Amino acid sequence: MSSELIVFLVLSLVAVGAGIGMIFSRNAVYSALFLVLNFITVAVFYLLLGAPFIAMSQITVYAGAIMVLFLFVIMLLGAESLAPSGELPWQKPLAYVLAGILVVESLYLVFLQARPDMVVVAPDAAVNSMESLREMAMALFNQFLLPFEVTSILLLVAMVGAIVLTKRERAGQK
Amino acid sequence: MVPVDYYIILSAILFTIGALGVLVRRNPLIIFMSIELMLNAANLAFVAFSRMYNSFNGQIFVFFVIAVAAAEVAVGLALIVEIFKTKKNINIDEMNSLKG
Repeated sequence: MSSELIVFLVLSLVAVGAGIGMIFSRNAVYSALFLVLNFITVAVFYLLLGAPFIAMSQITVYAGAIMVLFLFVIMLLGAESLAPSGELPWQKPLAYVLAGILVVESLYLVFLQARPDMVVVAPDAAVNSMESLREMAMALFNQFLLPFEVTSILLLVAMVGAIVLTKRERAGQK
Repeated sequence: MVPVDYYIILSAILFTIGALGVLVRRNPLIIFMSIELMLNAANLAFVAFSRMYNSFNGQIFVFFVIAVAAAEVAVGLALIVEIFKTKKNINIDEMNSLKG
């Protein structure tokens, strides 16, 4: 058993445990912190897969910016723990059954339908270097330039939208 | 060297946990976080396939997914704050009307 496999197994246990802790903890702040833990473990998986740039964006954008926004809103609203309202009694068992079906179905599709041979070891790519980062930037700014620019417009629209949504009442009072 | 299949299995499990969170929780903030978890699982599969085919396209797609997720969270949380201001409550079962 290689050391990389041991790291993968331990971290995947942490990632799955953090995911389960996120959906089952009663306090929303704990859920957010579990999700941060999950994002950091996934960032380590990206490093193992030879994608350092994506790993760093994962930590700065997801674990940094998005989760801070979540924590800010949770504490602003005081929505740590909502009182359980009249939920449908059959909803939770049905949800567990459907989730079980989903995981079995996805594993079946990926492994038995697509490739019956099961194990593929990726080629040892030279992706973990500065040279590869330069190549990725060349692809991003040449081949994918249009999606890149569209993304910048999307971010601008989201920013304007968030400001308009939260400022609406004050503008109406004037 | 970890086989790519293990990453795909982990991605499927994380995606299922996110879907389960959307189904069982009634707090819209937790549902939002579960959606982020599902996006993250899809990103993990993208990077794993990018490694498998030795191509950068998967990583570039993940970059775009992260940007779109950031935009989505900004607008979604603004909506939740606005709903809380008008209804004083953010239970998802009570968000059943489009008018405030």
